[in-house]
Amino acid sequence: MTKNKIKLVIKREFLTRVRKKSFLIMTIVGPVLIGLLMVAPALLASLPDGPKSIWVIDQPGILIPERGSGQYQLDYLPPREFDLEKAKDFLQHSDHDALVFIPTGEGWDPDFFKRNIILFGKKDVPLSMERYLEELLERKINDQKLLRQGVDPEIVAQTKTNLTLKVFNLDEDGKERESATIIKMVTGYAAGFLIYFFIFLYSSQVMRGVIEEKTSRIVEVIISSVRPFQLMMGKIVGIGSVGLLQFLIWVVLSFGIFQVVSLTILADKFDTEKIIEAQKAMGPEAGDVSALMQFQQSLEAVNFPLIVLVFLYFFIGGYILYGSLFAAIGAAVDNETDSQQFLLPVIIPLIIGILVSTRVVESPDGPLAFWFSMIPFTSPIVMMVRIPFGVPYWQLALSISLLIGTFMLTTWMAARIYRVGILMYGKKINYKEIWKWMRYH
Amino acid sequence: MDIISAEHIVKTYSGHVALNDLTLNVPERSIYGLLGPNGAGKTSFIRIINQITAPDSGKLLFHGKPIQASDVARIGYLPEERGLYKKMRVGEQALYLAQLKGLSSSEAKKKLAYWFEKFDIHGWWDKRIEELSKGMAQKVQFITTVLHEPELLIFDEPFTGFDPINTNLIKKEIRELRDKGATVIFSTHRMESVEEICDHIALINKSNKILEGPLKDIRMKYRTNTYSITFEPREADLLKALPHNYHLVDHHRDNEGWRTARITLEDQSSPNEILEYFIQRTTVHHFEEVIPSVNDIFIREVQKN
Repeated sequence: MTKNKIKLVIKREFLTRVRKKSFLIMTIVGPVLIGLLMVAPALLASLPDGPKSIWVIDQPGILIPERGSGQYQLDYLPPREFDLEKAKDFLQHSDHDALVFIPTGEGWDPDFFKRNIILFGKKDVPLSMERYLEELLERKINDQKLLRQGVDPEIVAQTKTNLTLKVFNLDEDGKERESATIIKMVTGYAAGFLIYFFIFLYSSQVMRGVIEEKTSRIVEVIISSVRPFQLMMGKIVGIGSVGLLQFLIWVVLSFGIFQVVSLTILADKFDTEKIIEAQKAMGPEAGDVSALMQFQQSLEAVNFPLIVLVFLYFFIGGYILYGSLFAAIGAAVDNETDSQQFLLPVIIPLIIGILVSTRVVESPDGPLAFWFSMIPFTSPIVMMVRIPFGVPYWQLALSISLLIGTFMLTTWMAARIYRVGILMYGKKINYKEIWKWMRYH
Repeated sequence: MDIISAEHIVKTYSGHVALNDLTLNVPERSIYGLLGPNGAGKTSFIRIINQITAPDSGKLLFHGKPIQASDVARIGYLPEERGLYKKMRVGEQALYLAQLKGLSSSEAKKKLAYWFEKFDIHGWWDKRIEELSKGMAQKVQFITTVLHEPELLIFDEPFTGFDPINTNLIKKEIRELRDKGATVIFSTHRMESVEEICDHIALINKSNKILEGPLKDIRMKYRTNTYSITFEPREADLLKALPHNYHLVDHHRDNEGWRTARITLEDQSSPNEILEYFIQRTTVHHFEEVIPSVNDIFIREVQKN
């Protein structure tokens, strides 16, 4: 009878949310959107954004006869006829986009050039143009310095060496495995952020649900048939199930999309014959293909099923911990505006978890990583960041046990606040008041 | 047989005493008025019956036995702070609430069909609550309260916010439910609103019960042998020359121009004597005994203590 009632509450909480259009949209559009967000900057950056022409006044003559490359075209103004003011005016009335002014100064000193070169843009100068010019000028000034020391820049260029280390880890079997630190960092950070997002999103839904029941004044009707604890737990479990469902759909969708992408696009490029062909045909660009292969191999170095499993554990644990606290807050206030003052202390640990993560990806076995992956308020996030790098099982077990212990405690506390709070209307609540509620028998 | 017996119930909230040694009995098949000003402790008591809170001490018996968790299925409760999920559809919501009270889905549907028919609202099943007017939502709330055919119905401030049409509809339904065997507890601070419908009352003031019993008996007990007489307005002098055992309480001219006086008989003489006195001297238009309203009784009791 009582069990059936909590089932009814769970069912209602689950169904009313899953049936919403917003759930469907989030679930399907979410992964696509996240994918796009990750790909978009790269795509945008690689798009050529139309040719740019730049005027150059090269007083010392260090750049001439460089004509520019790629989308940038350099045109020279005779330095004798143009001073800076005149050139600026000229730029204003020409079709060119920018003006570089290289003054000579006293005594032909390359370091003086370095300090005094100015770039004027007709409008905002794009970052890519700034970078291009900086790199070009650096090289040219460098050449000048080398020449002054009597070194031929050609020889320096030939002796320059580019090195990318091939890094391997020895795993427990002593077998070497290609390390994929970058992939692990990205995966860890993404997993940490995802769990933060899920915990935060679904915990706030718990709070909003509690406030909704309070403001619509239905809560007293319900608790005349269900114990307040059952109502609260039913809500937490129901909403959490929505989160789990959404996560699982995301996993399946992402896996599906990945399979489709690698079968259609990548398969073509992984054909060995084509790689050899491509290497012959394209020369240096063949590097891209082997980079793709390397990417594929690196992905295999990350244990995705384990990540998904650990994610599920820590999502459930972290969500119950935060969900119960959010439920207590929802019960204590009359509307969402009032919730701000209580939300802050609850959200801060979550944010600390995210902040610490940026350091944890750098050193996933360090003391910072260890302690923050044990503290239950940050462990879901920090542990997810660590997991792609491999975490000893005893640490996982300890962290999960601490999390379970803590969420049992917060749930117990929340239940005591909840049962009093849901029946309180129109009262300004402070911490002292909440403390009093907790001690009611 | 009493459906509810409260025995020495004490309830305090962080130092504030909500109920102080409350003992009362609600007879089966009665319409019981729990009356008193705001903050007297009525809602605290009702929450104890609904097992939303537990008393600090004392006992609450349901049909003579300590009340149990499973008894909630036999109680229907319409709280003062009442509402519905705004985004949910009427039918779904009614089904949900009925199932929480222990009805099976098919039972609940059958019963809902009956009530929707009765209240002439069959078209509402798929409407969202937020699309309903306040009066419409009140009908739905009433249905969800009585749907599981509880033996005990509790209404806390039932008529606040109800329009007169709904008020009459609900009063009629409540009487019908009582006739079919249900017991009804009304809790309100507007005593006049339930006077005509209650047969038993309890007056509560500042966490203490000050009076309890059948309404008729209480009123009889509080009779003061006062009568109201309405007569020709120009005969006001009659009031100055009243016999010595008549005590004039007050008098006034009403809108139609009649003069009405309230007169108390100080000894046990018959009301006929007053009537005779006036009939011999003027035209009497109206004559009745002044029976104290519950409100009057309440005020008198509070002042006495």
